[in-house]
Amino acid sequence: MLKNASKLSFQPDVSDFLPAGNEEKQSLVVMRESVGFWKDGVRRFKKNKVAMFSLFVIILIMLFAFIAPAFYPYSYEQQIRGSEALDPFEYSTEELALKESGESVFPHILGTDNHGRDIMVRLMMGSRISLLVGIVASILVFLIGSLYGSISGFLGGKVDIAMMQIVDIIYTVPDILVIILLMVSLKYPLQSLAENIEGFEWINTVGIGLISIFIVFSLLYWVGMSRIVRSQILTLKEQEFVTAAKALGASRKRIIGKHLLTNCMGTLIVTTTLQIPSAIFTETFLSFIGIGVAAPMPSLGSMASTAIGGISSYPHRLLAPALMISVIILSFNLLGDGLRDAFDPKLKN
Amino acid sequence: MAKYIIKRIGISVLTIWIVSTLTFFLMYMVPGGPFMSEKTPSAATLEALNEKYGLDQPKLTQYKNYVEKYLHGDMGPSMKQRGRDVKDIISTGFKVSARVGGMSIFVAVMLGIPLGSIAALNRGKWIDSIIMLISTTGIAVPSFVVCTVLMLIFSVKLDLLPTYGLTSWKHYVMPVMALSFYPTAYISRLMRAGMLEVLGQDYIRTAKSKGLAMNRVLFKHALRNAVLPVVTYLGPLLAYTLTGSFVVEKIFTVPGLGNEFISSIINRDYTMIMGTTIFLAILIVTMNFLVDIIYKIVDPRITLK
Amino acid sequence: MNEMLLDIKNLRLSFFTPAGEVKALNDVSVKLEKGDVLGIVGESGSGKSVTAYSIMGLTAHPGRIVGGTIEFNGHRIHELSEKEMRKIRGNEVSIIFQDPMTSLNPVYTIGNQITEVILLHTDKNKRQAKERAVELLQLVGINEPEKRLRQYPHQLSGGMRQRVMIAIALACEPKLLIADEPTTALDVTIQAQILELMVELKKKIGMSIIMITHDLGIVANMCEKIAVMYGGKIVEYGSVNEIFYNPRHEYTKGLLGSIPKLYEKERTKLVAIEGTPVDMLNPPAGCPFAPRCASCMKICLREMPDYIKVEESHYSACWLPAKEKAMQGGAVV
Repeated sequence: MLKNASKLSFQPDVSDFLPAGNEEKQSLVVMRESVGFWKDGVRRFKKNKVAMFSLFVIILIMLFAFIAPAFYPYSYEQQIRGSEALDPFEYSTEELALKESGESVFPHILGTDNHGRDIMVRLMMGSRISLLVGIVASILVFLIGSLYGSISGFLGGKVDIAMMQIVDIIYTVPDILVIILLMVSLKYPLQSLAENIEGFEWINTVGIGLISIFIVFSLLYWVGMSRIVRSQILTLKEQEFVTAAKALGASRKRIIGKHLLTNCMGTLIVTTTLQIPSAIFTETFLSFIGIGVAAPMPSLGSMASTAIGGISSYPHRLLAPALMISVIILSFNLLGDGLRDAFDPKLKN
Repeated sequence: MAKYIIKRIGISVLTIWIVSTLTFFLMYMVPGGPFMSEKTPSAATLEALNEKYGLDQPKLTQYKNYVEKYLHGDMGPSMKQRGRDVKDIISTGFKVSARVGGMSIFVAVMLGIPLGSIAALNRGKWIDSIIMLISTTGIAVPSFVVCTVLMLIFSVKLDLLPTYGLTSWKHYVMPVMALSFYPTAYISRLMRAGMLEVLGQDYIRTAKSKGLAMNRVLFKHALRNAVLPVVTYLGPLLAYTLTGSFVVEKIFTVPGLGNEFISSIINRDYTMIMGTTIFLAILIVTMNFLVDIIYKIVDPRITLK
Repeated sequence: MNEMLLDIKNLRLSFFTPAGEVKALNDVSVKLEKGDVLGIVGESGSGKSVTAYSIMGLTAHPGRIVGGTIEFNGHRIHELSEKEMRKIRGNEVSIIFQDPMTSLNPVYTIGNQITEVILLHTDKNKRQAKERAVELLQLVGINEPEKRLRQYPHQLSGGMRQRVMIAIALACEPKLLIADEPTTALDVTIQAQILELMVELKKKIGMSIIMITHDLGIVANMCEKIAVMYGGKIVEYGSVNEIFYNPRHEYTKGLLGSIPKLYEKERTKLVAIEGTPVDMLNPPAGCPFAPRCASCMKICLREMPDYIKVEESHYSACWLPAKEKAMQGGAVV
């Protein structure tokens, strides 16, 4: 087991045997820098190319949906006589005449539908609706679910059991069926509310279809979120540092606020983000079968639905909204996945 | 175990009751009645129709009648399809939907499990990335998009498959493909995640240490455990297939229950809406219940406790 | 001296991770004689388990042997194919793991998991394998063996599960049993029972044991020889008495010094070893323990020390003896 004896066999260098100083020792000790939770997460997220790309795509889509229509010369309900059923970039006879007389006519990039409405701008508005629904619905779900779940989890005991029993029942109810029913039947009470009672006129401006969707979401979809929040609260309640904080004299409110929530935040953000594409999916589905937002407000789902009939002659009318929906949902899913990889501490390797 | 079953049955029955009551009262929030969408009939005809369908009586009486009739299995006649009973429409429609739906579930399970396992075993390699890409797309793309793309490729461009109806085997191909797209993607993801988790478990290391060959370790030890999350998914899978059928049947004009349901909503055929909703609710709730029981049997940790 | 059952020479093993090459084993050499119990002691991350797994060819991906040799029972392990390794695993060498709660497959019965290894390596049929399984359960001290065979792992306690693991490991009468921290996850009282069982079985069957642990108490009771590991290297090796009564390596001394002793006066401080464990991604060029060593010299930081022979079979990898010799003005050997 003796090797390298030759190294030392002749002139031993006595200085080698001098004791090593502390700095020399420390230089060999490499400590990995400890970073804060958020900074660490953001750093990991930035490294994830797919997630960053989806974020970029989402920003583009938001610009497309919210900013672009302001610059686009056509509006979504504008029916242009004589310009019905144009192909992409095709001009109607009237428009050609205008062009010849020297006026510039903005082309219909995706053509027009059977009523002469520009499809591109309808695509923009449809995307706007979808995004709005997705984001607002997720926020509603987040607020209601977190509130319910944290109260249930923190109070514990019989209150918790009862609250969770209600959640169980709502969970068992087949949501699609109830959604469809609600969408069909909420129109009328909402309408009479808007027309007859003061202070509710805004219902008409926002749109009955949209409000129905929001109501439906608030009634049904928060249960998943409440379960997650509750289990987070329960786990954290047990953990050491709550005991430590209590030992330091922190009040109950402070405990909830600072310690528990910071740790839950990661999971909550991920869950809420992933709620968005599922909300958009539901809205599209409802519009597709005809009970979503009402005409003339375009929805990607209803645009797709009407375009099916003309699939052989005008495939672009179907492909455009179909692609748009897929891209929106896919991007949000990838974003949510990326956030989860970056911020969910359980997965930290 | 018995306590659990009783509790679950209780919740299921309660749920069905809630859904049916909700259905009833929501339908009646809609003003105008079912006969308003057509050219308005004369007052006398209206009165006669209302009487026939019991619509002139106070709501609570109607509700009582409705509950009684249903408990006897009578779902009443369809309000829009003259001469046909709701029960008949549902059973003819359901036979069709069950066939298409059953095939899609079969395809999804048969494809999803191997795809997910292959991805897990080749983690990080290109085949894993491809399978993951397809499955991520699969769960993001809504079913009607899948339907339309399929239609475009196979019917419009290639003219290989028919676009409507359900008379030959060719008619089944696209609807089944469209309906199984999302579940296949979802199952393969579940399988991959399950497999990865299982492969990191200590008992896999024990199995290897015994000198077992890799395929024994995989097929015997890993698969049985990894497939458990897929079993829990079977309930939601059924619910998805049902609702997915609404879209698929509409697009491909398949004469199934989904298509009937959508039409009945648009036409405000009350009896049909109620009958179908309750039927579907019972179906979904029962399936979820059965799947839960099956899961508890398959995983010995839970049954024998 | 007995026949040599296991001879590991200059083993180097690394894990090729995305973060870089983690040099888990840095020139490990150790021998095991037939019938001996060898204890491998060290902290987490010192390489104890990695060494053991490499004997069985169970090194997890992305790990690989990059140098050295492993000879076991006449086989050159480092050269064997996977197929050949499978014949040896569970058969000539077995292993029991740390956590009995998770080491058994939850969806199969105990009987299934024991007979599996019997059917794999022997010619017995199902009935004979079942009989053998009953025998084994009795051997490890589990009563009502027939009943137990039909039960599932979650129905047994931790101690019983570990006994089942031992039964599985012994099923084919291996020459070597590797025990990777077998009692760490168990209660102290059960711990004692399991260890007693192992010693008993060793005498009955005549197998050798490698006991991997961080608990010096266990080692003192069971082992004939001890190898102390630190930073992927064996820093001291010797018999139980030599290590406990004449430790030569600073790390060994530190380990022994940090144990609270019953006979010490109440107010004596617990002496902890200063510093933090080695970063295996960038292991130092010199002695791995150098940054934490109170007697660290400049050469310790620069060069890996050779093994100095303290006694016939007692070695220590340290530069200090060289210093003494140098001070005396003589050449160092």
